[in-house]
Amino acid sequence: MANVPAELRYTREHEWARAEGGRVRVGITAYAQEQLGDIVFVELPKTGAKVTRMQGFGVVESVKAVSDLFAPVSGEVVEINAELPKKPELVNTDPYGQGWMLVIRMANPKDVDGLMSAADYEKLTAGGGH
Amino acid sequence: MSEPLRRTPLYAAHVAAGARMVPFGGWEMPVQYAGILEEHRTVRRAVGLFDVSHMGEFEVTGAGAVATLQTLTTNDVAALEVGQVQYSLLCDPAGGIVDDLTVHRLAGDRFMLTVNASNIDTDWRWVTGHGESGARWRNISNETALLAVQGPRAEALVAELADADVKSLRYYHFAAGAVAGARALLSRTGYTGEDGFELYVAAGEAERLWRELLDRGRAAGVAPVGLGARDTLRLEMRYVLYGNDIDLTTNPLEAGLGWVVKPAKGDFIGRDAIEKVRAAGVRRRLVGFEMVDRAVPRHGYRIVADGRQVGVVTSGSYGPSVDKYIGIGYVEASLAGVGSQLAIEVRGVPQAARVVKTPFHPSHVKKS
Repeated sequence: MANVPAELRYTREHEWARAEGGRVRVGITAYAQEQLGDIVFVELPKTGAKVTRMQGFGVVESVKAVSDLFAPVSGEVVEINAELPKKPELVNTDPYGQGWMLVIRMANPKDVDGLMSAADYEKLTAGGGH
Repeated sequence: MSEPLRRTPLYAAHVAAGARMVPFGGWEMPVQYAGILEEHRTVRRAVGLFDVSHMGEFEVTGAGAVATLQTLTTNDVAALEVGQVQYSLLCDPAGGIVDDLTVHRLAGDRFMLTVNASNIDTDWRWVTGHGESGARWRNISNETALLAVQGPRAEALVAELADADVKSLRYYHFAAGAVAGARALLSRTGYTGEDGFELYVAAGEAERLWRELLDRGRAAGVAPVGLGARDTLRLEMRYVLYGNDIDLTTNPLEAGLGWVVKPAKGDFIGRDAIEKVRAAGVRRRLVGFEMVDRAVPRHGYRIVADGRQVGVVTSGSYGPSVDKYIGIGYVEASLAGVGSQLAIEVRGVPQAARVVKTPFHPSHVKKS
Protein backbone atom coordinates (compact mmCIF):
# COMPACT_ATOMS: atom_id res chain seq x y z
CA MET A 1 0.00 0.00 0.00
CA ALA A 2 1.47 3.30 -1.07
CA ASN A 3 2.03 6.08 1.42
CA VAL A 4 -0.87 8.61 1.63
CA PRO A 5 -0.05 11.42 4.11
CA ALA A 6 -3.16 12.39 6.10
CA GLU A 7 -2.45 16.14 6.04
CA LEU A 8 -2.54 16.41 2.23
CA ARG A 9 -5.42 16.75 -0.23
CA TYR A 10 -5.64 14.78 -3.48
CA THR A 11 -7.06 14.72 -7.00
CA ARG A 12 -8.52 11.74 -8.84
CA GLU A 13 -5.60 12.16 -11.25
CA HIS A 14 -3.12 11.38 -8.45
CA GLU A 15 -1.74 14.83 -7.63
CA TRP A 16 -1.30 15.88 -4.02
CA ALA A 17 -1.81 19.40 -2.71
CA ARG A 18 -0.41 20.88 0.50
CA ALA A 19 -2.12 24.07 1.66
CA GLU A 20 0.43 26.70 2.69
CA GLY A 21 -1.73 29.72 3.53
CA GLY A 22 -3.18 31.06 0.29
CA ARG A 23 -0.81 28.86 -1.67
CA VAL A 24 -0.77 25.20 -2.54
CA ARG A 25 2.30 23.05 -3.13
CA VAL A 26 1.70 20.32 -5.71
CA GLY A 27 3.25 17.01 -6.66
CA ILE A 28 2.21 13.50 -7.64
CA THR A 29 1.46 10.77 -5.15
CA ALA A 30 3.57 7.79 -4.13
CA TYR A 31 0.95 5.60 -5.81
CA ALA A 32 1.27 7.57 -9.07
CA GLN A 33 5.05 7.38 -9.24
CA GLU A 34 4.91 3.68 -8.46
CA GLN A 35 2.46 3.10 -11.31
CA LEU A 36 4.53 5.17 -13.72
CA GLY A 37 7.84 3.53 -12.88
CA ASP A 38 11.19 5.25 -13.41
CA ILE A 39 10.53 8.89 -14.24
CA VAL A 40 12.95 10.29 -16.82
CA PHE A 41 11.39 13.63 -17.78
CA VAL A 42 9.32 16.35 -16.13
CA GLU A 43 7.95 19.38 -17.97
CA LEU A 44 6.67 22.26 -15.80
CA PRO A 45 5.20 25.66 -16.64
CA LYS A 46 7.16 28.85 -16.00
CA THR A 47 6.57 30.89 -12.87
CA GLY A 48 3.89 33.45 -13.56
CA ALA A 49 1.86 31.02 -15.68
CA LYS A 50 -1.86 30.75 -14.96
CA VAL A 51 -3.26 27.31 -14.28
CA THR A 52 -6.85 26.14 -14.11
CA ARG A 53 -8.30 23.57 -11.76
CA MET A 54 -8.21 20.09 -13.35
CA GLN A 55 -6.57 21.37 -16.52
CA GLY A 56 -3.13 20.14 -17.53
CA PHE A 57 -0.13 22.10 -16.25
CA GLY A 58 2.70 19.86 -17.37
CA VAL A 59 3.85 16.41 -18.29
CA VAL A 60 5.68 13.62 -16.56
CA GLU A 61 7.27 10.82 -18.57
CA SER A 62 8.52 7.47 -17.42
CA VAL A 63 10.60 5.17 -19.62
CA LYS A 64 7.41 3.75 -21.12
CA ALA A 65 4.64 6.32 -20.68
CA VAL A 66 3.65 9.97 -21.03
CA SER A 67 1.22 11.36 -18.42
CA ASP A 68 -0.40 14.77 -18.08
CA LEU A 69 -0.22 16.62 -14.80
CA PHE A 70 -3.40 18.31 -13.57
CA ALA A 71 -3.67 21.44 -11.44
CA PRO A 72 -5.58 20.72 -8.21
CA VAL A 73 -6.54 24.40 -7.95
CA SER A 74 -6.73 27.48 -10.17
CA GLY A 75 -4.26 30.32 -9.81
CA GLU A 76 -0.80 31.55 -10.65
CA VAL A 77 2.40 29.50 -10.53
CA VAL A 78 4.67 31.33 -8.09
CA GLU A 79 7.40 28.72 -7.70
CA ILE A 80 8.61 25.66 -9.59
CA ASN A 81 11.00 22.93 -8.56
CA ALA A 82 13.99 23.79 -10.74
CA GLU A 83 15.77 20.57 -9.69
CA LEU A 84 13.28 18.29 -11.44
CA PRO A 85 14.34 18.75 -15.07
CA LYS A 86 17.86 17.68 -14.06
CA LYS A 87 16.79 15.09 -11.50
CA PRO A 88 13.40 13.70 -12.49
CA GLU A 89 14.09 10.64 -10.34
CA LEU A 90 13.32 12.78 -7.25
CA VAL A 91 9.65 12.21 -8.08
CA ASN A 92 10.26 8.48 -7.53
CA THR A 93 12.49 8.69 -4.51
CA ASP A 94 10.68 11.44 -2.57
CA PRO A 95 7.29 12.21 -4.14
CA TYR A 96 5.95 14.26 -1.19
CA GLY A 97 9.26 16.01 -0.43
CA GLN A 98 12.06 16.83 -2.88
CA GLY A 99 9.87 15.61 -5.72
CA TRP A 100 7.39 18.50 -5.38
CA MET A 101 6.58 20.22 -8.66
CA LEU A 102 5.17 23.69 -8.17
CA VAL A 103 3.48 26.18 -5.88
CA ILE A 104 0.23 27.81 -6.98
CA ARG A 105 -1.16 31.03 -5.49
CA MET A 106 -4.83 30.20 -5.39
CA ALA A 107 -7.28 32.41 -7.27
CA ASN A 108 -10.05 30.95 -5.17
CA PRO A 109 -8.89 29.56 -1.80
CA LYS A 110 -12.09 27.52 -1.58
CA ASP A 111 -10.79 25.30 -4.43
CA VAL A 112 -8.78 23.34 -1.93
CA ASP A 113 -11.93 22.27 -0.06
CA GLY A 114 -13.12 20.48 -3.19
CA LEU A 115 -10.15 18.13 -3.20
CA MET A 116 -10.20 14.58 -1.89
CA SER A 117 -9.22 13.71 1.65
CA ALA A 118 -6.44 11.20 2.32
CA ALA A 119 -9.06 8.61 3.32
CA ASP A 120 -10.99 9.03 0.08
CA TYR A 121 -7.82 8.93 -2.00
CA GLU A 122 -6.76 5.77 -0.25
CA LYS A 123 -10.10 4.19 -1.18
CA LEU A 124 -9.63 5.26 -4.80
CA THR A 125 -6.19 3.71 -5.10
CA ALA A 126 -7.17 0.57 -3.20
CA GLY A 127 -9.54 -0.07 -6.08
CA GLY A 128 -6.63 0.07 -8.51
CA GLY A 129 -6.98 3.76 -9.43
CA HIS A 130 -7.99 4.30 -13.03
CA MET B 1 -9.56 -7.76 -27.88
CA SER B 2 -11.54 -10.96 -27.22
CA GLU B 3 -8.59 -13.36 -27.45
CA PRO B 4 -7.32 -14.19 -23.98
CA LEU B 5 -3.68 -13.26 -23.40
CA ARG B 6 -1.22 -16.13 -23.65
CA ARG B 7 1.20 -16.92 -20.83
CA THR B 8 4.68 -18.39 -20.86
CA PRO B 9 5.67 -21.32 -18.61
CA LEU B 10 7.28 -18.74 -16.29
CA TYR B 11 4.14 -16.70 -15.64
CA ALA B 12 3.80 -17.86 -12.02
CA ALA B 13 7.50 -17.22 -11.35
CA HIS B 14 7.15 -13.65 -12.63
CA VAL B 15 4.11 -12.93 -10.49
CA ALA B 16 5.83 -14.42 -7.44
CA ALA B 17 8.87 -12.20 -8.14
CA GLY B 18 6.63 -9.11 -8.05
CA ALA B 19 6.80 -8.40 -11.76
CA ARG B 20 4.37 -5.96 -13.33
CA MET B 21 2.61 -7.96 -16.03
CA VAL B 22 1.41 -6.21 -19.19
CA PRO B 23 -0.10 -7.25 -22.51
CA PHE B 24 2.52 -7.48 -25.26
CA GLY B 25 1.82 -8.88 -28.73
CA GLY B 26 -1.00 -11.04 -27.39
CA TRP B 27 1.00 -12.23 -24.39
CA GLU B 28 0.93 -11.36 -20.72
CA MET B 29 4.58 -10.51 -20.06
CA PRO B 30 6.70 -8.93 -17.30
CA VAL B 31 7.51 -5.32 -18.21
CA GLN B 32 9.60 -4.78 -15.08
CA TYR B 33 10.59 -6.28 -11.73
CA ALA B 34 12.80 -3.91 -9.69
CA GLY B 35 12.51 -1.06 -12.21
CA ILE B 36 13.48 -0.52 -15.82
CA LEU B 37 16.57 1.65 -15.20
CA GLU B 38 18.02 -0.69 -12.59
CA GLU B 39 17.38 -3.73 -14.79
CA HIS B 40 18.96 -2.00 -17.77
CA ARG B 41 22.10 -1.31 -15.73
CA THR B 42 22.19 -4.87 -14.42
CA VAL B 43 22.51 -6.12 -18.00
CA ARG B 44 25.21 -3.59 -18.93
CA ARG B 45 27.25 -4.17 -15.77
CA ALA B 46 26.55 -7.72 -14.54
CA VAL B 47 24.06 -10.20 -15.95
CA GLY B 48 20.32 -10.15 -16.57
CA LEU B 49 17.86 -12.99 -17.11
CA PHE B 50 15.00 -12.56 -19.58
CA ASP B 51 11.99 -14.75 -20.26
CA VAL B 52 11.43 -14.49 -23.99
CA SER B 53 9.43 -17.68 -24.29
CA HIS B 54 6.72 -15.72 -26.08
CA MET B 55 8.94 -15.78 -29.21
CA GLY B 56 7.90 -18.40 -31.77
CA GLU B 57 9.98 -21.30 -33.06
CA PHE B 58 9.40 -23.26 -36.26
CA GLU B 59 11.39 -26.27 -37.41
CA VAL B 60 11.76 -27.11 -41.06
CA THR B 61 13.30 -30.37 -42.26
CA GLY B 62 13.72 -32.39 -45.42
CA ALA B 63 15.44 -32.38 -48.75
CA GLY B 64 13.53 -29.23 -49.69
CA ALA B 65 14.35 -27.30 -46.52
CA VAL B 66 17.23 -25.30 -48.01
CA ALA B 67 15.27 -24.47 -51.16
CA THR B 68 12.22 -23.41 -49.20
CA LEU B 69 14.24 -21.12 -46.93
CA GLN B 70 16.03 -19.65 -49.94
CA THR B 71 12.62 -18.74 -51.34
CA LEU B 72 11.17 -17.42 -48.09
CA THR B 73 14.07 -15.53 -46.54
CA THR B 74 16.24 -12.70 -47.85
CA ASN B 75 19.58 -13.96 -46.48
CA ASP B 76 21.55 -16.86 -47.98
CA VAL B 77 20.97 -20.05 -45.95
CA ALA B 78 23.37 -21.96 -48.23
CA ALA B 79 26.15 -19.90 -46.64
CA LEU B 80 25.03 -20.98 -43.18
CA GLU B 81 27.02 -23.80 -41.58
CA VAL B 82 25.63 -26.35 -39.17
CA GLY B 83 25.99 -24.77 -35.72
CA GLN B 84 25.61 -21.25 -37.05
CA VAL B 85 22.83 -18.70 -36.66
CA GLN B 86 21.76 -16.15 -39.25
CA TYR B 87 19.69 -12.99 -38.92
CA SER B 88 17.21 -12.76 -41.78
CA LEU B 89 13.89 -11.42 -43.03
CA LEU B 90 10.66 -12.68 -44.50
CA CYS B 91 9.45 -10.23 -47.15
CA ASP B 92 6.29 -10.05 -49.21
CA PRO B 93 6.35 -9.69 -53.01
CA ALA B 94 6.29 -5.89 -52.66
CA GLY B 95 9.46 -6.01 -50.56
CA GLY B 96 7.63 -5.17 -47.33
CA ILE B 97 8.86 -6.92 -44.21
CA VAL B 98 6.62 -9.76 -42.96
CA ASP B 99 8.94 -10.42 -40.02
CA ASP B 100 12.57 -10.44 -38.92
CA LEU B 101 13.93 -13.68 -37.54
CA THR B 102 16.95 -15.82 -36.80
CA VAL B 103 17.70 -19.10 -38.58
CA HIS B 104 19.64 -21.85 -36.80
CA ARG B 105 21.10 -24.59 -38.99
CA LEU B 106 20.65 -27.71 -36.86
CA ALA B 107 21.78 -30.15 -39.56
CA GLY B 108 22.26 -30.15 -43.32
CA ASP B 109 18.53 -30.43 -43.90
CA ARG B 110 17.17 -29.20 -40.58
CA PHE B 111 16.66 -25.59 -39.44
CA MET B 112 14.99 -23.72 -36.62
CA LEU B 113 13.47 -20.27 -37.16
CA THR B 114 12.85 -17.91 -34.26
CA VAL B 115 10.12 -15.36 -35.00
CA ASN B 116 8.46 -12.48 -33.18
CA ALA B 117 5.71 -13.38 -30.71
CA SER B 118 3.12 -11.10 -32.27
CA ASN B 119 3.74 -12.66 -35.70
CA ILE B 120 3.66 -16.38 -34.87
CA ASP B 121 0.31 -17.04 -36.53
CA THR B 122 0.95 -14.79 -39.55
CA ASP B 123 4.42 -16.24 -40.07
CA TRP B 124 3.15 -19.80 -39.75
CA ARG B 125 0.58 -19.21 -42.50
CA TRP B 126 3.23 -17.42 -44.56
CA VAL B 127 5.97 -20.06 -44.40
CA THR B 128 3.64 -23.03 -44.84
CA GLY B 129 1.76 -21.29 -47.65
CA HIS B 130 4.69 -19.96 -49.69
CA GLY B 131 7.49 -22.51 -49.39
CA GLU B 132 8.74 -25.12 -51.83
CA SER B 133 7.81 -28.81 -51.74
CA GLY B 134 9.91 -31.38 -49.89
CA ALA B 135 10.01 -29.38 -46.65
CA ARG B 136 8.16 -30.41 -43.50
CA TRP B 137 7.23 -27.65 -41.08
CA ARG B 138 6.61 -28.02 -37.37
CA ASN B 139 5.45 -25.18 -35.12
CA ILE B 140 7.27 -25.89 -31.84
CA SER B 141 6.46 -22.53 -30.21
CA ASN B 142 4.27 -23.92 -27.43
CA GLU B 143 6.64 -26.66 -26.37
CA THR B 144 9.70 -24.40 -26.46
CA ALA B 145 10.80 -21.94 -23.77
CA LEU B 146 13.47 -19.33 -24.39
CA LEU B 147 15.60 -17.72 -21.68
CA ALA B 148 18.12 -15.01 -22.50
CA VAL B 149 21.15 -14.56 -20.24
CA GLN B 150 22.81 -11.28 -21.13
CA GLY B 151 25.62 -9.18 -19.75
CA PRO B 152 29.38 -9.20 -19.13
CA ARG B 153 28.98 -11.97 -16.54
CA ALA B 154 26.70 -14.14 -18.68
CA GLU B 155 29.51 -16.34 -19.97
CA ALA B 156 30.74 -17.30 -16.53
CA LEU B 157 27.22 -18.06 -15.31
CA VAL B 158 26.20 -20.18 -18.29
CA ALA B 159 29.59 -21.95 -18.33
CA GLU B 160 29.06 -23.00 -14.73
CA LEU B 161 25.73 -24.67 -15.55
CA ALA B 162 26.35 -26.00 -19.06
CA ASP B 163 28.01 -29.20 -20.17
CA ALA B 164 28.95 -27.64 -23.52
CA ASP B 165 32.07 -25.53 -24.06
CA VAL B 166 30.34 -22.18 -24.13
CA LYS B 167 33.49 -20.10 -23.71
CA SER B 168 34.73 -20.94 -27.21
CA LEU B 169 31.27 -20.49 -28.74
CA ARG B 170 31.41 -17.58 -31.18
CA TYR B 171 28.83 -14.87 -31.75
CA TYR B 172 25.89 -16.11 -33.82
CA HIS B 173 26.90 -19.73 -33.26
CA PHE B 174 25.15 -22.31 -31.10
CA ALA B 175 25.80 -25.63 -29.39
CA ALA B 176 23.47 -28.46 -28.46
CA GLY B 177 23.99 -29.54 -24.88
CA ALA B 178 22.52 -29.38 -21.43
CA VAL B 179 22.14 -26.51 -18.98
CA ALA B 180 21.45 -27.42 -15.36
CA GLY B 181 20.55 -30.89 -16.62
CA ALA B 182 18.01 -29.64 -19.14
CA ARG B 183 18.57 -30.41 -22.82
CA ALA B 184 19.18 -27.09 -24.45
CA LEU B 185 20.21 -25.30 -27.56
CA LEU B 186 22.72 -22.68 -26.40
CA SER B 187 22.93 -19.81 -28.81
CA ARG B 188 25.45 -16.98 -28.53
CA THR B 189 22.91 -14.39 -29.57
CA GLY B 190 20.88 -11.62 -27.96
CA TYR B 191 19.08 -8.33 -28.29
CA THR B 192 20.98 -6.17 -25.81
CA GLY B 193 24.41 -5.39 -27.28
CA GLU B 194 26.07 -7.29 -24.45
CA ASP B 195 27.71 -10.69 -24.61
CA GLY B 196 25.31 -13.46 -23.71
CA PHE B 197 23.26 -16.46 -24.62
CA GLU B 198 19.77 -17.45 -25.58
CA LEU B 199 18.84 -20.85 -24.17
CA TYR B 200 16.12 -22.87 -25.90
CA VAL B 201 14.71 -25.55 -23.61
CA ALA B 202 11.55 -27.65 -23.33
CA ALA B 203 8.70 -25.66 -21.77
CA GLY B 204 8.57 -28.05 -18.82
CA GLU B 205 12.20 -27.29 -17.91
CA ALA B 206 11.85 -23.51 -17.99
CA GLU B 207 10.96 -22.83 -14.39
CA ARG B 208 13.68 -25.04 -12.93
CA LEU B 209 16.31 -23.50 -15.23
CA TRP B 210 15.08 -19.98 -14.40
CA ARG B 211 15.46 -20.62 -10.67
CA GLU B 212 18.83 -22.30 -11.11
CA LEU B 213 20.20 -19.36 -13.11
CA LEU B 214 18.96 -16.86 -10.51
CA ASP B 215 20.34 -18.96 -7.69
CA ARG B 216 23.76 -19.68 -9.17
CA GLY B 217 24.14 -16.16 -10.48
CA ARG B 218 23.41 -14.44 -7.19
CA ALA B 219 27.06 -13.64 -6.39
CA ALA B 220 27.48 -12.26 -9.92
CA GLY B 221 24.52 -9.93 -9.36
CA VAL B 222 22.02 -11.63 -11.67
CA ALA B 223 18.46 -10.27 -11.71
CA PRO B 224 15.37 -10.87 -13.82
CA VAL B 225 14.86 -8.25 -16.52
CA GLY B 226 11.55 -7.33 -18.12
CA LEU B 227 10.48 -6.13 -21.53
CA GLY B 228 10.88 -2.48 -20.51
CA ALA B 229 14.65 -2.76 -20.17
CA ARG B 230 14.81 -5.12 -23.14
CA ASP B 231 13.44 -2.21 -25.17
CA THR B 232 15.87 0.45 -23.86
CA LEU B 233 18.80 -1.96 -24.28
CA ARG B 234 17.95 -2.72 -27.90
CA LEU B 235 17.19 0.94 -28.63
CA GLU B 236 20.70 1.97 -27.51
CA MET B 237 22.05 -0.54 -30.04
CA ARG B 238 19.65 0.68 -32.75
CA TYR B 239 18.34 -2.86 -33.13
CA VAL B 240 14.98 -2.68 -34.89
CA LEU B 241 11.76 -3.89 -33.31
CA TYR B 242 9.12 -5.41 -35.56
CA GLY B 243 5.87 -3.45 -35.43
CA ASN B 244 7.70 -0.30 -34.32
CA ASP B 245 10.58 0.27 -36.74
CA ILE B 246 9.86 -2.27 -39.46
CA ASP B 247 6.65 -3.75 -40.85
CA LEU B 248 4.91 -4.50 -44.16
CA THR B 249 5.15 -0.83 -45.19
CA THR B 250 8.94 -0.63 -44.81
CA ASN B 251 11.56 -2.26 -47.01
CA PRO B 252 14.87 -3.76 -45.83
CA LEU B 253 17.05 -1.21 -47.62
CA GLU B 254 15.51 1.88 -46.03
CA ALA B 255 15.56 0.10 -42.65
CA GLY B 256 19.33 -0.38 -42.92
CA LEU B 257 18.94 -4.14 -43.26
CA GLY B 258 20.45 -4.42 -46.74
CA TRP B 259 23.21 -6.55 -45.21
CA VAL B 260 20.79 -9.47 -44.82
CA VAL B 261 19.45 -9.20 -48.38
CA LYS B 262 21.42 -11.41 -50.79
CA PRO B 263 20.07 -11.06 -54.34
CA ALA B 264 23.07 -12.98 -55.71
CA LYS B 265 21.80 -16.21 -54.13
CA GLY B 266 18.93 -16.43 -56.62
CA ASP B 267 15.25 -15.68 -56.46
CA PHE B 268 13.32 -15.10 -53.25
CA ILE B 269 10.01 -13.49 -52.37
CA GLY B 270 10.41 -9.72 -52.58
CA ARG B 271 13.68 -9.79 -54.49
CA ASP B 272 12.47 -7.94 -57.59
CA ALA B 273 10.78 -5.21 -55.59
CA ILE B 274 13.82 -4.73 -53.35
CA GLU B 275 16.18 -4.62 -56.33
CA LYS B 276 13.99 -1.95 -57.93
CA VAL B 277 14.33 0.13 -54.78
CA ARG B 278 18.08 -0.44 -54.80
CA ALA B 279 18.34 0.70 -58.42
CA ALA B 280 16.21 3.79 -57.88
CA GLY B 281 17.79 4.64 -54.52
CA VAL B 282 15.93 4.67 -51.22
CA ARG B 283 13.68 7.64 -50.55
CA ARG B 284 14.02 7.53 -46.79
CA ARG B 285 16.38 6.00 -44.27
CA LEU B 286 16.10 4.79 -40.73
CA VAL B 287 18.47 6.93 -38.65
CA GLY B 288 19.45 7.26 -35.03
CA PHE B 289 19.15 10.70 -33.47
CA GLU B 290 19.69 12.31 -30.13
CA MET B 291 17.72 15.21 -28.74
CA VAL B 292 19.44 18.58 -28.54
CA ASP B 293 16.47 20.14 -26.77
CA ARG B 294 15.12 18.50 -23.64
CA ALA B 295 12.24 16.27 -24.77
CA VAL B 296 11.51 12.56 -25.10
CA PRO B 297 10.92 11.29 -28.64
CA ARG B 298 8.23 8.61 -28.97
CA HIS B 299 6.92 6.24 -31.63
CA GLY B 300 4.71 8.12 -34.10
CA TYR B 301 6.00 11.66 -33.43
CA ARG B 302 6.57 13.71 -36.58
CA ILE B 303 10.10 14.64 -37.67
CA VAL B 304 10.23 18.11 -39.20
CA ALA B 305 12.79 20.36 -40.90
CA ASP B 306 12.27 23.81 -42.43
CA GLY B 307 8.67 23.78 -41.31
CA ARG B 308 7.60 20.60 -43.11
CA GLN B 309 7.34 16.96 -42.15
CA VAL B 310 10.39 14.98 -43.32
CA GLY B 311 9.91 11.77 -41.37
CA VAL B 312 8.52 9.93 -38.40
CA VAL B 313 9.93 8.59 -35.13
CA THR B 314 9.61 4.81 -34.86
CA SER B 315 11.21 4.26 -31.42
CA GLY B 316 12.35 6.65 -28.74
CA SER B 317 13.03 6.89 -25.04
CA TYR B 318 15.59 7.84 -22.47
CA GLY B 319 18.80 5.88 -23.06
CA PRO B 320 19.99 4.96 -19.56
CA SER B 321 23.58 4.07 -20.56
CA VAL B 322 24.08 7.14 -22.75
CA ASP B 323 22.10 9.40 -20.41
CA LYS B 324 20.35 11.12 -23.33
CA TYR B 325 16.95 11.17 -24.93
CA ILE B 326 17.43 9.13 -28.10
CA GLY B 327 15.35 7.75 -30.92
CA ILE B 328 15.28 6.16 -34.32
CA GLY B 329 13.06 7.08 -37.21
CA TYR B 330 12.69 7.37 -40.95
CA VAL B 331 13.79 10.60 -42.61
CA GLU B 332 14.13 11.66 -46.23
CA ALA B 333 17.38 10.26 -47.61
CA SER B 334 18.92 13.71 -48.17
CA LEU B 335 18.55 14.49 -44.45
CA ALA B 336 19.83 11.14 -43.17
CA GLY B 337 23.52 11.96 -42.84
CA VAL B 338 25.27 12.05 -39.46
CA GLY B 339 25.07 15.60 -38.10
CA SER B 340 21.84 16.41 -39.93
CA GLN B 341 19.74 18.91 -37.94
CA LEU B 342 16.14 17.85 -37.43
CA ALA B 343 13.32 18.64 -35.08
CA ILE B 344 10.94 16.25 -33.39
CA GLU B 345 7.41 17.52 -32.90
CA VAL B 346 6.58 16.86 -29.26
CA ARG B 347 3.04 17.89 -28.25
CA GLY B 348 2.96 20.29 -31.18
CA VAL B 349 6.32 21.93 -30.42
CA PRO B 350 9.40 21.27 -32.60
CA GLN B 351 12.33 20.19 -30.43
CA ALA B 352 15.85 20.17 -31.89
CA ALA B 353 17.56 16.84 -32.58
CA ARG B 354 20.52 15.68 -34.65
CA VAL B 355 21.37 12.52 -36.51
CA VAL B 356 24.19 10.63 -34.78
CA LYS B 357 26.27 7.51 -35.43
CA THR B 358 24.82 4.31 -34.09
CA PRO B 359 24.90 2.25 -31.99
CA PHE B 360 24.33 4.95 -29.40
CA HIS B 361 26.17 2.79 -26.86
CA PRO B 362 29.18 0.66 -27.89
CA SER B 363 28.43 -2.99 -28.62
CA HIS B 364 30.03 -5.60 -26.36
CA VAL B 365 28.89 -8.70 -28.17
CA LYS B 366 31.41 -11.55 -28.44
CA LYS B 367 33.69 -10.62 -31.32
CA SER B 368 35.68 -13.79 -32.02
